[in-house]
Amino acid sequence: MANADLKANRPLSPHLQIYKPIVTMVMSILHRITGAALYFGTILMAFWLVCAAAGPESYQFAMDVFGSFLGRLVLFGFTWALVHHMLGGLRHFIWDMGHGFDLSAANWMARATIVGSVALTVILWIIGFIVA
Amino acid sequence: MTDMRTPLKKVTGLGSAKDGTTHFLRQRLTAVANVFLISFFVILVIALQGADYASFTEALSNPIISTLLLLVILVGCLHMKLGMQVIIEDYVHSEGLKFLLLMGNVFFASIIALASVVAVLKISFGA
Repeated sequence: MANADLKANRPLSPHLQIYKPIVTMVMSILHRITGAALYFGTILMAFWLVCAAAGPESYQFAMDVFGSFLGRLVLFGFTWALVHHMLGGLRHFIWDMGHGFDLSAANWMARATIVGSVALTVILWIIGFIVA
Repeated sequence: MTDMRTPLKKVTGLGSAKDGTTHFLRQRLTAVANVFLISFFVILVIALQGADYASFTEALSNPIISTLLLLVILVGCLHMKLGMQVIIEDYVHSEGLKFLLLMGNVFFASIIALASVVAVLKISFGA
């Protein structure tokens, strides 16, 4: 493959846009997208910790950024991406153990991932507002 | 047809990438650790929301909290480096760009990890 002529106008096998989205496929794509989002989301974690290490003024600046409406919105998305990627990962552990491959189980787990991730995110934020 | 592989090839079990299942196993090992570490991280962030500077630094001066936070950073960054490597290898087909992005991936993960580790150590040692 390394030496393949990538510009040759050969026929291609159908890709994503030709298939009707099904729940397991959408969860698989979301697992990768949330993973990539969390990758860049670590900039926020580093920003938080480095600001805190730099002193009280910059710590307060970071707190103000995260406390703003936009900051909270991004953190809410961050929470969902984290929870969704974790539930997706747990699904992969179940498959690694050799279970959950039949259609009904796979579909059930895919639905549980999206319902569970949204529900857990909302619950975590409710807990956050209660303890604040 | 008889197996053309030499006994050495069979026993090392390494494929064309020369690292066998190392990438997969590291990915899963860090994933298992992250289930616990990220749960801790989420609880820590909820507990520290809106905390003033004094209570924030006091929390991180606790060696259990700082050790767990360091694990979150290191295991998390290793996991994300492995994951982004797969994404790049899947979608970037031009050899030169792929090479640059794979390098950039290591640089990014290293910078995030080291900057965060230094910050946590500085706070936990009471600077």
